[in-house]
Amino acid sequence: MKKINIKNNLQKIVFLLCIAQLGGCASLGVEPWERQFLAKEEMALDAEGVDLGLDDHIYFSKEATSGGRAFAGGGCGCN
Amino acid sequence: MQLIKDKKVAATLAAATCALLGTQPAQANEQKDDAWQFDTAILYYGESDRVQLVEGVFNAKKDFGDEHIFSAKLVVDTLTGASASGAVAQPGVQTFTRPSGNGSYQVNAGETPLDDTFRDTRVQLSGQWTQPIFENTRVSTGFNFSNEYDYLSIGANASLARDFNRKNTTLSFGVSYQFDSIDPVGYAPIGLAQMQLASEFDSEEAFRTAFDATRDTEDKDKDTFDVLLGLTQVINKRMLMQFNYGYSVVDGYLNDPYKLVSVVNDTGLTLRNLHENRPDERTKHNVFWQTKYALDSGVIDVSYRYSTDDWDIDSHTIDSRFRWNISETSYIQPHFRYYTQSAAKFYEPFLEESTPLPMFASADYRLGEMDAYTIGLKYGQTLSNGHKWAVRAEYYSQRPTSDGTAAIGVLNDLDLYPSIDAFILQFNYHF
Repeated sequence: MKKINIKNNLQKIVFLLCIAQLGGCASLGVEPWERQFLAKEEMALDAEGVDLGLDDHIYFSKEATSGGRAFAGGGCGCN
Repeated sequence: MQLIKDKKVAATLAAATCALLGTQPAQANEQKDDAWQFDTAILYYGESDRVQLVEGVFNAKKDFGDEHIFSAKLVVDTLTGASASGAVAQPGVQTFTRPSGNGSYQVNAGETPLDDTFRDTRVQLSGQWTQPIFENTRVSTGFNFSNEYDYLSIGANASLARDFNRKNTTLSFGVSYQFDSIDPVGYAPIGLAQMQLASEFDSEEAFRTAFDATRDTEDKDKDTFDVLLGLTQVINKRMLMQFNYGYSVVDGYLNDPYKLVSVVNDTGLTLRNLHENRPDERTKHNVFWQTKYALDSGVIDVSYRYSTDDWDIDSHTIDSRFRWNISETSYIQPHFRYYTQSAAKFYEPFLEESTPLPMFASADYRLGEMDAYTIGLKYGQTLSNGHKWAVRAEYYSQRPTSDGTAAIGVLNDLDLYPSIDAFILQFNYHF
């Protein structure tokens, strides 16, 4: 009997969902004059870059997973 | 006086008009483009009875006009304190050889063995240059360099981002390469070699010979290659989302040279300690989703990350921040983060004498099953001169749990998975 590989199937589903999202993107969005909220400094994805960098360093040293938001990288022998 | 007031009103009106039109005032842009922006921070991280870290950050950024942006960052941190060695607690006093082979240290009965020799200063420098290359397309390249006593890391990255759909959709593709060179204190131990104890030898010379036989004097290094695919999408006037997929391959020396695994007998007593041994390759996949939602007086920021790798470590992370503007110039921001991971396939809290030695084994709790929580609060303020400052305090708790390995004999009465609580305090200043 063929063993069903749940992990592989899950990866395929996630991939298909991402592709489906791409198709829907064309109808999403705002006109340039509707960006008063989006243009706020605190709405930038890197609004708290220094904090996020420090957090990445802490969690990189203390947990087995890194990256996601940015490159997983390496860079220190943190204990 | 009246003139100044009128000027202020005119400027406010101009700003309001620009906000309505969704454009930045041209003059403000010019001023912003000329000026360097500096972000500085100092962070204290302290675990009860373990690691203490102080880290300083100095970040400089300048927009040279037409989206030609340069940024540079200097990070200096200093670390002291003790770190869990991986060896199990025992009902009696235990003696361990220091990583250098010079001297030993003792751990009291019932206590988790901690190696207290950590003392390191790290300097990290990075730079990034971003500029448009075609219409709606930007390229970004960067480097980073990090050096500490036993570790050197150099890396470079490059990415391409393109806007579509009236700049509501951005697709990005990035690659990064990192070279790390590790020069452990007392050379790298050979994987699963037995930790030698001076007390078991007749002379210092005999101990040295035995100690040296457990060391590999070859240079140790590793290569990390990352690919990151990103999609940023404006959903509506108040919401935007980001989806990332990250692929990472690490190849080379992946052991922690200072970690041990205890071999116990059928009553749970330690017979010897071995130096850990991990596979020399690891492939990771990350999926990351983030949403930011603008309220009239604040921002909700929620992200989720799923990660899986061929060491069988799966993890889920939820990170959320809620910024609440309590006035025109100040805000408070609660932060909550939850993290959970499964154990690496070669994670062993201890090894049993009666079972054959595996090819790989690590008792590093960071590779075991674990949950972690962070709760924090940040307060920020903009000063009348435009400078900004903020302070945040956080509590971070790591809760390692058993991966199902049954404790044996005396180990049943000892804490094999102690929790670690850390306190974080940070001060930011932007000018």
